[in-house]
Amino acid sequence: MPIPTAFHSRAAALCQTQEWRDWSGYLSAISYQPSHEFEYYAVRNAAGLIDVSPLYKYEISGPDASRLVDRIITRDVSQCAVGQVLYTPWCDENGKVIDDGTVTRLEAQRFRITAADPSLRWFQDSGFGLDTEVRDVSRELAALAIQGPSSRAVLQACLKEIDLDRLPYYHAAEAKLGEIPLTVTRTGYTGDLGYELWIAAEHAEMVWDRLMEAGAGYGLQPVGLAALDMLRVEAGLLLIDVDYSSVRSAHIESQTSSPYELGLGWAVDLEGADFVGKRALLGEKERGAPRSFVGLRVPWADLERLFGAMDLPPQVAGRASRSALPLYVGRRHVGQATSMLFSPILKEYIALATVDSRYARRGQTLEIEITVEYKRQRANATVSKLPFYNPPWKKAVVGG
Amino acid sequence: MANNYDAIIVGGGHNGLVNAAYLARAGWKVLVLEQRHVLGGAAVTEEVFPGFKFSVFSYVVSLLRPEIIRDLKLVKHGLTILPLESTITPLPDGDYIYRGADPHETFRNLSRFSTRDAEAYREYGHAMYHMAKAVKYILGIRPPDPTSLHPRELLQLLKLGRHFLSIGEEHLYTLVKLMTMSSADFLEEWFETDPLVATLSASGIIGTFLGPRSPGSAYVLLHHYMGEIDGVFRAWGFARGGTGAISESIANSARAFGAEIRTEARVAKLLTNNGRATGIVLENGDEYRADVVVSSLDPKLTFLKLADPDELPRELVEDILGFDTYGSSGKVNLALDSLPELAALPGGGAHMRGAISISPSVDYIERAYDQAKYGQFSEKPYIDIIFPSMIDPSMAPPGQHVMSCFVQYAPYQLATGDWDGQREAFGDAVVNTLAEYFPSIKERILHRQVLSPWDIERSIGLSGGNIFQGELSLSQLFFLRPAPGWTQYRTPIEGYYQCGSAVHPGGGITGAPGRLAALQILKDGKR
Repeated sequence: MPIPTAFHSRAAALCQTQEWRDWSGYLSAISYQPSHEFEYYAVRNAAGLIDVSPLYKYEISGPDASRLVDRIITRDVSQCAVGQVLYTPWCDENGKVIDDGTVTRLEAQRFRITAADPSLRWFQDSGFGLDTEVRDVSRELAALAIQGPSSRAVLQACLKEIDLDRLPYYHAAEAKLGEIPLTVTRTGYTGDLGYELWIAAEHAEMVWDRLMEAGAGYGLQPVGLAALDMLRVEAGLLLIDVDYSSVRSAHIESQTSSPYELGLGWAVDLEGADFVGKRALLGEKERGAPRSFVGLRVPWADLERLFGAMDLPPQVAGRASRSALPLYVGRRHVGQATSMLFSPILKEYIALATVDSRYARRGQTLEIEITVEYKRQRANATVSKLPFYNPPWKKAVVGG
Repeated sequence: MANNYDAIIVGGGHNGLVNAAYLARAGWKVLVLEQRHVLGGAAVTEEVFPGFKFSVFSYVVSLLRPEIIRDLKLVKHGLTILPLESTITPLPDGDYIYRGADPHETFRNLSRFSTRDAEAYREYGHAMYHMAKAVKYILGIRPPDPTSLHPRELLQLLKLGRHFLSIGEEHLYTLVKLMTMSSADFLEEWFETDPLVATLSASGIIGTFLGPRSPGSAYVLLHHYMGEIDGVFRAWGFARGGTGAISESIANSARAFGAEIRTEARVAKLLTNNGRATGIVLENGDEYRADVVVSSLDPKLTFLKLADPDELPRELVEDILGFDTYGSSGKVNLALDSLPELAALPGGGAHMRGAISISPSVDYIERAYDQAKYGQFSEKPYIDIIFPSMIDPSMAPPGQHVMSCFVQYAPYQLATGDWDGQREAFGDAVVNTLAEYFPSIKERILHRQVLSPWDIERSIGLSGGNIFQGELSLSQLFFLRPAPGWTQYRTPIEGYYQCGSAVHPGGGITGAPGRLAALQILKDGKR
């Protein structure tokens, strides 16, 4: 049975729907309100509060900490200053992705890594011969995301001692909320302006209360996983076990992916220090990845045509769908759409997909399977740039 | 003419019944002869005490081949497997290790001891999936004869070689380790929590005369893991109505296909003429004729008792004399007036519907084995417990319970005295051990049935009381089971076949030997 997170008393009081999902063994609200769209729009238009405590969290410290992190992740740690955050995948020896997450450089030789799956053993074993300590801080550290265009104002009202205007995208700062010490990172899973707070679990409820109080005038609302899933699809952000499988849980070769196949080539640094999987990725870079991660847009006219044939208006799910759909070019199966969504803000049917690289050029037309009244049909789908939604305030530095 | 059949199957255990059902399904006129009043061999349910039904011997099922369930329509004939999903290992200090159906709960529980182990447990499951997948192929094929130059055998060997090359280097190395290591050594490469290693390694010793540190025991681990893949997920289960219900469903299927089944019919001898099987004679003198006679009994009975050793090659007789059927396990079945409390986790929660393993440390089991090596039963034995009545309430009167305790070690041969003299002392040792974990157990016991390897041998005929009809050691597997050259269900006597657990792929309620033998017999055809 899933167990409560450090914020559960607060989340439970607000969760009108009693809709919960098991996220890594924790109770996570799917939707607080009967219509999750209010939560979605809170993030796109005001601010939302999301309990992301079920993420796995590790701290790596010791004289060789940076060498260990370099060994694990595909990016170059020497390019990461203290106070900076990196998004990165990490791989096995064959260059297949195990997991992805963020690395925060808290001190020269102290890092915090988030992961979707348990990773202590992998991180510790990767440190063979190095003088480091890897600690699992998943349970002691609660995590709360505050996301949306007003998130800065709400958070600034609570954090008096730091100037959030000067905290750039993917950077971290130590701060105090009243007497409560916490780390704030300008990161998130929504593609909007936003921050994540890393707090000792015993202070979690107080931080929630203070933010909700401060956010009342800004339209701050608690946001569940249904809305979060929509936001991250618009932001073009991957979800493990949905858009790709970890090599650890894959049963057959074709279920594994390299970073290049996940659109994460930009996060692979083959010039810097050696890391696990580098040799394999050097080869793959030369050969080219056989598959690519792309965005798809399904023209509304196509949906109208298919549904219209049955005398129906287009029916699209109000939530992001995680049931993968096959993609075709003519009779050839060329990949699959793994996350689909009718984007409320873009008013478009969009999808994240893995396709054969030959068909991954922007503007390429594919066909996607759409089921209309139990019948399988095909609609066009155009390969598009990711992210679908990328507001200027996401990365902007005000007064910086 | 009434006594004439196409095939006679000696022994109504589950493999004999599977064999009969497959032959009858092919249109053969088939007779099954079972010495006891009840069908099933080691897979029987008996109401030993009024109101209390016991899966007297074999008590759980995981390996029953899915193709048998389909081919023989066992679901239609009454088979229902209820889930058995958790294992709890109570520890002497009052703590426990729990592994259940919820992977996150299992993760949290193992994390209390070691987060590394909690993580490794998932990866271990994944690795074993690949191992089982690699070996599953072997379970489904007739073992080739590696010494034969016959094109058919060479082709089969070639296929086998290709198969092993196809499973990938990394998996091949793991497989070699499994084939050669002890279960404790193998598991200690994965885990640091000793009671977890102990409990997992227990799967490597069940039914064998090996300790967790004996090389070769790792393979038995895999043998027990085999049911985990294959369409029939949630592999470990408990048959509704007890293990006998599995045998009943197979018997029903066989009858529906036209097979005739007789109980209380003890076969004395195989009848032959010029090196060919012609039928059998019962102890009461009745004769039945058939050109095909299939023995589902163990090799000692098949070759040395039913058949006349004079008709067999001397080499084979020697191999069978040397075939290891040394029994190492006992069973204690208890009828209880109510559910006893597990001190480590009181109450009747989900953990009481799963396995409870008395395996607090590797040393504990190894010490239990030490005593057995020198001819004593373990005073502190490894015990695998289930409460069948918690899974299927019809096994006991309402509110009352049956408790099944599989116990190791109970060596067939005692150094001093014999099992008739020591049976109850053994039962006491088991109950005393149980009382350390279930403090109230003694007051709850209404009836107790203690079975030593002797009792297993006497009641259902398994030589040495070995539950697998012969040790599952590497020297007795695949093309060595039961003897080199005679692995293909045939015997030197034409028309005389073997189909018990002593032939490939071995023991457990798999039905696979019965089925593979039937396929071979059908291929050879009627004469």
